[in-house]
Amino acid sequence: MNDNQQIVHTVKEQLRPPIERIPVFRWLKENLFSSWLNVILTVVSTALIVTVVFGLLKWALGARWEVIPANLKLLLVGTYPVEYLWRVWTTGYMIAFLLGFSGGSHGGLMRRVSTTAALISIVLAVLPFPWGTRGWLVGIAVAAAVGFGLGYLGKGIRWCKRLEIAAWILSFPISLVLLNGVGGILPVIGRRTTWGFLLNLIGAVVGIGLSFPIGVLLALGRRSELPAVRWVCTAYIEIIRGVPLISLLFMASIMLQLLLPANIRPDLLIRAMMTVTAFSAAYMAENVRGGLQAIPRGQYEAASAVGLNKALITILIILPQALRLVIPAIVGQFISLFMDTTLFGFIAILELLNITRSIMGNIEWRGTIFELYVFIGIVFWILCYSMSYISRRMEKTLGVGER
Amino acid sequence: MSVTSNEGIIIYRDVHKWYGDFHALRGITFTMQKGEVIVICGPSGSGKSTCIRTINRLEEHQRGQIIVDGVELTNDLRNIDTIRREVGMVFQQFNLFPHLRVLQNVALAPFWVLKMKKSKAEEIAIQLLERVGIPEQAQKYPAQLSGGQQQRVAIARALAMTPKIMLFDEPTSALDPEMIKEVLDVMKELARSGMTMIVVTHEMGFAREVANRIVFFDFGQLIEENTPEEFFHNPQHERTKLFLSQILDY
Amino acid sequence: MLSEKITSSHSIPFWRDIRVLRVIGQVLFLLIIAAGIWWLLNNLQMNLKTAGLNIGFRFLKNTAGFPISEGLRYNPTDVNAYAFWVGIVNTIRVAVIGIVLATVIGIVVGVARLSSNWLVKKLAGIYVEVIRNIPLLVQLFFWYFAVMLTALPLVGDSIRLPGSIHLTRRGVYIPWATATESFSTWMFYVIGGLALAIIVYVLRRTQLKRAERPGFPIAWAGMVFILIAFAGWFLTSGNPLALTVPVLKKFNFTGGLWLSTSFTALLMGLSVYTGAFIAEIVRAGILAVSKGQIEAAKAVGLKRAQVLRLVVMPQALRVIIPPLTSQYLNLTKNSSLAILIGYYDLMNVGTTIFNQTGRAVEMILLIMASYLTMSLLTSLLMNYYNRRMKLVER
Repeated sequence: MNDNQQIVHTVKEQLRPPIERIPVFRWLKENLFSSWLNVILTVVSTALIVTVVFGLLKWALGARWEVIPANLKLLLVGTYPVEYLWRVWTTGYMIAFLLGFSGGSHGGLMRRVSTTAALISIVLAVLPFPWGTRGWLVGIAVAAAVGFGLGYLGKGIRWCKRLEIAAWILSFPISLVLLNGVGGILPVIGRRTTWGFLLNLIGAVVGIGLSFPIGVLLALGRRSELPAVRWVCTAYIEIIRGVPLISLLFMASIMLQLLLPANIRPDLLIRAMMTVTAFSAAYMAENVRGGLQAIPRGQYEAASAVGLNKALITILIILPQALRLVIPAIVGQFISLFMDTTLFGFIAILELLNITRSIMGNIEWRGTIFELYVFIGIVFWILCYSMSYISRRMEKTLGVGER
Repeated sequence: MSVTSNEGIIIYRDVHKWYGDFHALRGITFTMQKGEVIVICGPSGSGKSTCIRTINRLEEHQRGQIIVDGVELTNDLRNIDTIRREVGMVFQQFNLFPHLRVLQNVALAPFWVLKMKKSKAEEIAIQLLERVGIPEQAQKYPAQLSGGQQQRVAIARALAMTPKIMLFDEPTSALDPEMIKEVLDVMKELARSGMTMIVVTHEMGFAREVANRIVFFDFGQLIEENTPEEFFHNPQHERTKLFLSQILDY
Repeated sequence: MLSEKITSSHSIPFWRDIRVLRVIGQVLFLLIIAAGIWWLLNNLQMNLKTAGLNIGFRFLKNTAGFPISEGLRYNPTDVNAYAFWVGIVNTIRVAVIGIVLATVIGIVVGVARLSSNWLVKKLAGIYVEVIRNIPLLVQLFFWYFAVMLTALPLVGDSIRLPGSIHLTRRGVYIPWATATESFSTWMFYVIGGLALAIIVYVLRRTQLKRAERPGFPIAWAGMVFILIAFAGWFLTSGNPLALTVPVLKKFNFTGGLWLSTSFTALLMGLSVYTGAFIAEIVRAGILAVSKGQIEAAKAVGLKRAQVLRLVVMPQALRVIIPPLTSQYLNLTKNSSLAILIGYYDLMNVGTTIFNQTGRAVEMILLIMASYLTMSLLTSLLMNYYNRRMKLVER
């Protein structure tokens, strides 16, 4: 007892580190002018920045930006019938609600993502869109807020968590049905409809969603003990990864129908989705394989030592750990697949990039090529950058978490 | 599948194993009785780990016969399943399932393999965690526990299948010195309760106190097999003497 | 009595024997795959039959009949097979030059991201983040339609860059060396110099090895080669290479080398895009060399350059090379986007041949086989290199 107190007394109080205030000009000297080489570099980069920013500003101020609002609907949802646009919005509401729900129940990164989404929709609603659009936009924020509240209330409740996961998984087919329509209940959106940017989103989501289970199976197959299974899976993965997506799309547009029975003639859009799924599955398999490889052998051994069979070991022990590890990689894959959907234009599907051609074909908008490409670039950049930012944050939190 | 006691619960007959060209086990023969505690020691790479891992077929032997509780280890799927249910194992690196809570780690196998009801499996898990002295950690994740606690969870996990035999593969080698005792205490208690145990370890104090027999391995061979008394005070083999002098004269 | 109870290996029923189950599992799996493939091929056959087509590669010997505006010397009267070959060479051309440019960009930007200069660091970071998150095709379209075809001036008032480089809406014109008749004489010196350099390299290396001393045998060899090549240049009568500079004549430039708009746009797009990815790889590679390694190297008294050459580079390269190769492969595969901006790569020529002949199956097989061959060759090389570089690991 006495000894203990002695020890306690000899431990000094923990102090906070002194806060260092770096004067501006010392910061400048250290970071910009520390050596002659640095001085030159600073001058050169300043010149570069000034030229570029000045040039951009000069162009941006004189650009014909009116081409964007005038064609916004066409760019974003193509020729999707105006009277059915509520279906697109409803899908958006569903996603916003789920995002809010997850944000409310998990907190942390999810919460920031959902609040940011809500904030963005409010900011957009302030912009001079038609009043109808503004109303819909506010609705997004409202849906997110409602979801947030419910999620917050259901925090920690077991069935709420299950419901949340089920809802996320179900949202995938529901959105597709909602957007495309289903015979008898919701009018099916016609074949000749172009989908614009919506198609890029759907293509990427469908590609990742459908390729996920296939990719997991392929990855397991590639690590199988059975040589025949291993070889077939490896061959598939390597062949798909060895050829460009565009060659697969080419195949989908001219050869796929030759490989199917005469009575099955899938729509070009369906074929494109099939191709993207087949393509994405090979990359998904490699990502998942990376996760599987990171699981130490001891996990398999311990699981078999307690009597679990191979299937149970895979489902209960290996996959939950491996998949958690590969979430960032899958987000990365989603981003590149999302960007790859611009290739749909090659097989005459009118997605965002391809639609610009029809706009530029319009005599009224001739010469707005820079404006349109810059707009597309910005749209993709915002979405891809924020996703990669989220995944990087996720990597950090996952890394520190439970391991 | 009952076993006549004089035949032995584990029987090794001239067991061989190769890793590629490397001859890892070179004709191991021994018999173990129910309720015995055997400590296997020997220098690293001597095949002692490989040997106990053949008992629940984490490693396959290529020649000879291994009979566990009256069941021969062959390519018969059912036999392997049977034996894995009856043999628990504790690893050097604990190998707990990091994505599951401590309670789930222990209750997993009874639930999925023995098809117990969930409440029953968790009840058993709680009891076992009490037995190894850490019931208060049930809702934590393995990474939140100290090494000694993790190893005790691993023991509880193995016991959850109510095994007839427990294998310990260097259970204290990865632990910090101050945590070794808590794990050894649990193992001693287990031995006293009459569990059949094979322990690969360098803890000679534990061997002296608990083991019925000590088995010495080198170069994939079983060099010497003796009671602790004889083993420490009157080792028969030169190789054993050298080994003992190396680990004891510290 | 007990031995009867013990189930011995002879009496395992086959449905429980792991070995048997494995064989059955594999056979079943292969059967299912084979059935699937058979089904597809069967459909193919039926479909071809109803369309009155057959599979065969004889059409490759027919006259192509379409123009290819750049690459190897080619006539529309040449056969399809040769046209396809021109496409392959064009793919390799843009891929190789693109890889060189992308690597240069990647190294510069990657190192800049680690610069001690704040401004340079941020600029490099912005470059990487902007480029990586915009689809390559958008960038290619930007380079092609917006920059090459819209922003650049007509041939008459080209943008002149130092060194007689002309940027015009019709393409880029650069000075280029062409071989004269004395070129072959000079080549003789060059090859001789190369041979001698190799001999010098080997000799010097064995000498150093025997003397057990450090040194740069490669520098010696390089010196020998350059000296002989130079000497050869002056000893040959007349210049072996003649520099031709693009000159504006009436409506177009003559002389120099013409890079088509689509080639330039593709090259710029691919190298700027891939360069951003390579920059990240380079940066990660340099960061992967732990500080302790550098400190240890300095502690044993190596100079800055030696630390870089002997300690940092070998370790960083081991981290860099594998992802770098996959970027090179990506660039090669991405060059297939050429078809969308009218560069005659193998994809473009392949689809053109399909349009002319209607041979879908054959052309797709050829196109895929070409890309697969390139991928496989690269990964074989890669594996060989990896095996050589691999640290001796436990």
